[in-house]
Amino acid sequence: MPEEKIVDARDTFCPGPLMELISFMKRAEIGDQLELLSTDEGSANDVPEWISKVGHELVSNEKIDDVWHIKVRKAK
Amino acid sequence: MTNKLSVMCVSGTLEKLQMAAMVSSVAAATGEDVTVFFSMNALKFFIKENAELAPPQEGDFGPLINVEGVPAFRVLFEQAAELGDAKLLACSMALDLLKVDPQDLVLDFGPATGLTKFLSDAEDGRIVSF
Repeated sequence: MPEEKIVDARDTFCPGPLMELISFMKRAEIGDQLELLSTDEGSANDVPEWISKVGHELVSNEKIDDVWHIKVRKAK
Repeated sequence: MTNKLSVMCVSGTLEKLQMAAMVSSVAAATGEDVTVFFSMNALKFFIKENAELAPPQEGDFGPLINVEGVPAFRVLFEQAAELGDAKLLACSMALDLLKVDPQDLVLDFGPATGLTKFLSDAEDGRIVSF
């Protein structure tokens, strides 16, 4: 069964949220979904860029109360 | 074909070490074939006995990155190697002058490397220097 996990990288700065997500991605199985929580403005653009470059699936990216919630599914 | 990025990390100031570590970790984690070559004033911050030594700040930006929440440069280089298979190499000349061996360094450094080898490995990729 695919799992869903929260990666809480709030209050860390670039490239903290990205590196945090990547370390969880390494340990995840294909099909698992991770939700990155970030307060870093730059990461809101940079993390989706990484997801598309590496070839994972961006599920959603929304800002709720100053926190970005970036959902990604591991595709490979 | 994989992109190749060779990073020369030579300055011993916080800002330049931080930028070199950021570029190396992000590029490595994005699948680039990253080699980081440490020499000059940068290398001493990776000697085991200097593991806690803080590099001097270069300018007004230094204090801004010296806060909680900004990933430490040593951690970012470690992540570059662990998450992105970056190769960390120490300049053989700098090792000689500092009288240390690669095993005296924190992190998992490869063999002592000369400029000829570094440049020859880097020739079909990009080189950035900090």
